[in-house]
Amino acid sequence: MSIDTETARKVAKLARIRVEDDALPALAQEFNAILGFIEQLNEVDVDGVEPMTSVTPQRLKRRDDVVTDGHQQDKVLANAPDAREGFFAVPKVVE
Amino acid sequence: MLDLTYDAPAPKVISGAREDWELVIGLEVHAQVATKAKLFSGASTLFGAEPNSNVAFVDAGMPGMLPVINEGCIAQAVRTGLGLKAAINLRSAFDRKNYFYPDLPQGYQISQLYHPIVGEGEVLVELGDGTARVVRIERIHLEQDAGKSIHDMDPTMSFVDLNRTGVALMEIVSRPDIRGPEEAAAYVVKLRQIMRYLGTCDGNMQNGNLRADVNVSICRPGDYEKYQETQDFGYLGTRCEIKNMNSMRFIQAAIEVEARRQIAIVEDGGTVVQETRLYDPDKNETRSMRSKEEAHDYRYFPDPDLLPLEIEQAWVDDIASSLPELPDDKKARFIADFGLSDYDASVLTADVTNAAYFEEVAEGRDGKLAANWVINELFGRLKKDERTIADSPISAARLGQIVGLIKSGDISGKIAKDVLARPTPQRSTNWLRQSWVCDGLNCVKRKLIHALRV
Repeated sequence: MSIDTETARKVAKLARIRVEDDALPALAQEFNAILGFIEQLNEVDVDGVEPMTSVTPQRLKRRDDVVTDGHQQDKVLANAPDAREGFFAVPKVVE
Repeated sequence: MLDLTYDAPAPKVISGAREDWELVIGLEVHAQVATKAKLFSGASTLFGAEPNSNVAFVDAGMPGMLPVINEGCIAQAVRTGLGLKAAINLRSAFDRKNYFYPDLPQGYQISQLYHPIVGEGEVLVELGDGTARVVRIERIHLEQDAGKSIHDMDPTMSFVDLNRTGVALMEIVSRPDIRGPEEAAAYVVKLRQIMRYLGTCDGNMQNGNLRADVNVSICRPGDYEKYQETQDFGYLGTRCEIKNMNSMRFIQAAIEVEARRQIAIVEDGGTVVQETRLYDPDKNETRSMRSKEEAHDYRYFPDPDLLPLEIEQAWVDDIASSLPELPDDKKARFIADFGLSDYDASVLTADVTNAAYFEEVAEGRDGKLAANWVINELFGRLKKDERTIADSPISAARLGQIVGLIKSGDISGKIAKDVLARPTPQRSTNWLRQSWVCDGLNCVKRKLIHALRV
């Protein structure tokens, strides 16, 4: 698989990362190097091997269904560029 | 137990300009899981709180915050699965569905694409005319809800409230087994009924606790049967998905208008494009959501913050043993034990509280007579007064006694109606005593009051 500059542009847009046009070829190059490494990993025969999900034998941690958090509107909104009447205020996003 | 069997309903046929067409419909129902706290945080799920007050830093997508799963949500999903006679997957896993939107501060929704917690099940959907269809459930997965954007408070800004962000949803995915608008609505009603019995979702559509995405395609008569035989989607037309419907009426109207749109395109020699559409109830039309199309590249991958979810069969068995009697079973029992008609049994079991009330009235008495009084007199009156059974003017025990008195011939139906029709609905004999005083001495009523004084 080979990533061209158009694909690199699309990936950058999906990730909402601004990349200038002249930086796209180098970015595509880096993607290709990464994918090349993944392709190399694909050569390993993993038939019948369970995917490893953790390096230590542990179980997914769970919580009881109890309300322990919230009621911190001021803190939640503290970093917002704009907040009004308890809401985050953002440029209009409407269908 | 009485085994109820039904004929399948006839599929809806829409006549185009040239030929007849049938509909094929599949639904994705998003049901808010009834729990106190959110799926991955300890913030409250309560509706109607101050904006952004039910928000933990996890929900706000603050850097470094890690999700910890709420066991109550897992149990509710399993419970729902069992209620839909579905396979429970002892091992499931969470994936990230990546997209950008202001009401999703994480930048991704945690969902279960590859390994859902619940597998295949089925729902019996009755149409009320003696026909019913078994709709197959493909899967149920757990996922996070998004926040809410308000667009009408300011001309240039949208206001975002994250209270709903991270609340657990069950996405219940059906197979394309539904063949008409009424069937689609009946399917959602049945799912809601089952979940209310189970206590896993309150099903309040106005609050957005139950929403449906509806997939609609058209086919020529005969082609659907070929699809069912082969499970080859090639026999069906291209589908469009109508997003986020929160009323039974809109679901039906949207399906109808969308099917007609597709028929017009195909009969004109065009092709239906697979896309996401939005229903506009004011204009009664569906519109393409082009902006969604662009963002459709979700780049799913396993969430590295969450280990696979493993549950034990014994735990599932525990939940299974605590399931209440479900609507189909309750209805069959009402028909068998109380001699009710299919219709009366459906009305009485539509809501679990109503069903319990009826059972108390009918216990040890004439079931049909009890059903008649509960449905026609009491429900009729409650509906007129816009009340629910919770504030019924008469307790089940007392209505049972009245039904007993009617049956034994001690009082006439007219007098019983009179008693029910008293305008000031105070419970207890006080209310009856007052009415007696107002009307003066009346020996039949005195007898009635005497009989009711326990």
